[in-house]
Amino acid sequence: MAEVLVVVEHSGGAVKKLTLELLTLARTLGEPAAVVFGAPGSAAALTGRLGEYGAAKIYAVQSDELTGYLVAPKATVLASLIGDVAPAAVLLGSTQEGKEIAGRLAVKLDNGLLTDVSDLAADGTATQVVFAGSTIVRSKVSRGLPLATLRPNSVAPVPAPVTPAVSPVEVPLSDADKLVKVVDRVVEQKGSRPELTEASVVVSGGRGLGSAENFKLVEELADLLGGAVGASRAATDSGFYPHQFQVGQTGKTVSPQLYVALGISGAIQHRAGMQTSKTIVAVNKDAEAPIFELADFGVVGDLFKVVPQAAEEIRKRA
Amino acid sequence: MNIVVLVKQVPDSGAERELRSDDQTIDRSSANNVLNEMDEYAVEEALKLQEALGGEVTVLTMGPEQAGEAIRKALQMGPDKAVHVLDGALHGSCAVATSKVLAAALRTLNPDLVLAGAESTDGRVQVMPHMIAERLGIAALTGARKLTVDGGTLTVERQTEEGYEVVTAATPAIVSVWDTINEPRYPSLKGIMAAKKKPVQTLSLADLGISPDEVGFAGSTSTVVESTKRPPRQAGTKVTDSGDGGVQLVEFLATERFV
Repeated sequence: MAEVLVVVEHSGGAVKKLTLELLTLARTLGEPAAVVFGAPGSAAALTGRLGEYGAAKIYAVQSDELTGYLVAPKATVLASLIGDVAPAAVLLGSTQEGKEIAGRLAVKLDNGLLTDVSDLAADGTATQVVFAGSTIVRSKVSRGLPLATLRPNSVAPVPAPVTPAVSPVEVPLSDADKLVKVVDRVVEQKGSRPELTEASVVVSGGRGLGSAENFKLVEELADLLGGAVGASRAATDSGFYPHQFQVGQTGKTVSPQLYVALGISGAIQHRAGMQTSKTIVAVNKDAEAPIFELADFGVVGDLFKVVPQAAEEIRKRA
Repeated sequence: MNIVVLVKQVPDSGAERELRSDDQTIDRSSANNVLNEMDEYAVEEALKLQEALGGEVTVLTMGPEQAGEAIRKALQMGPDKAVHVLDGALHGSCAVATSKVLAAALRTLNPDLVLAGAESTDGRVQVMPHMIAERLGIAALTGARKLTVDGGTLTVERQTEEGYEVVTAATPAIVSVWDTINEPRYPSLKGIMAAKKKPVQTLSLADLGISPDEVGFAGSTSTVVESTKRPPRQAGTKVTDSGDGGVQLVEFLATERFV
């Protein structure tokens, strides 16, 4: 069976959930082979987890040069690896880095690229949900091999344990790969909460929160539900919450099992980023707010009363 | 410093958007077409750099005749001139083919810096800066929330999932910007009047030395097989809080097994 290359995303010695989704999807297309990029020694910590989800092979690309530059070296290594193993498909996460590597790869190989797919069938047909969730597109690569980036929370990760064979990969880099140097990496707000785009529960706050201080209500409910915190553009523009947590057209697209919108009216700009969530719950004082048009359950009321009461009720049931 | 800003005309993301049933491209007749919102931030950043460092700001787009409207909109903010790659054979081009055309146009302009919005609101693909950089062999610094220029060195602060990183490269380079980088100016009346007279050069595929079969549907590397409208979400239960709204909410979450 032909290999399906999966580019691994990892952080702090842990494989990201999106990679487990990719491995699960890869098993329907061929034999999953995980490609790990990282500093020397970084692959060893990931081998167990990758094997648990079916990575029969691991290509370990480990060098300090990789972490010191932006994505260009990774695309160079992948292009070389693809030439060597002739995979059935190449899958990456639809993250900024995943898409950027894939974009470079597409040019290097003169190969089609399908981004933000929610599924990739064995015949290479991808499913994409576009225009703020209003349209479903089926598309195919017409030149080259299926090269796709998968939107987070599209596939339920299912274990299928194997013992991976680990092969080190060394690819010489050219000067063109080293044009963008990373001089500093700053970790902010790295708490115990799951990452916004990967979380199965997202609790978001909007203009209705009224202040940065009040966002602790959103954080409290998120923590009780084991979720991530998001914010509408109105809330981030008002400085209530940092921009990187913005959900919507100009921010993150999320597709969790549960999306809770607190004090968010549901303007199209926001809906574009959360419309494909499985279950949507909203609390808003305006009964006419458009968010209620998509909410599976909506409470018209004062969020400063409803949310603390809900938090208390969850604690009671725990 | 000579700067080229990439702009794109897109259907208004606030309105209903559709794909054409005949060829699965964006239906530009039914949509309200606007300058991609993120591009205004790229234009603003270019103008700020021009104010500080001098040089020329050129707007570049590829698109049908009506994309000229987006060029004018961008020129109203203050850039000096524009280049419009216009050719009937471009219709249906994929991202890979588009990057080939834009890279060829950029070669003729030979800028020190290319600025772009981090994404377009229609495709939201975010790959164009890296595709172009790959073709031109220049640096791509994407998703900037802050850009500083010191001689021939660019430093960019970019948001990451876990915080931010600081990256640096020498010019020539391409930088894409998010809407956190600045506050775009509104065109002044003077700017709007002046934009009507600014030069817009039209380039065809022949001008760029690209054969029609390398672009459009013929030269594209991916195809849309079909598209269907997704049924709109149905509104569910809506209750008005009469003192137990929070409890009712948790009861709903419990029936859905979230608590």
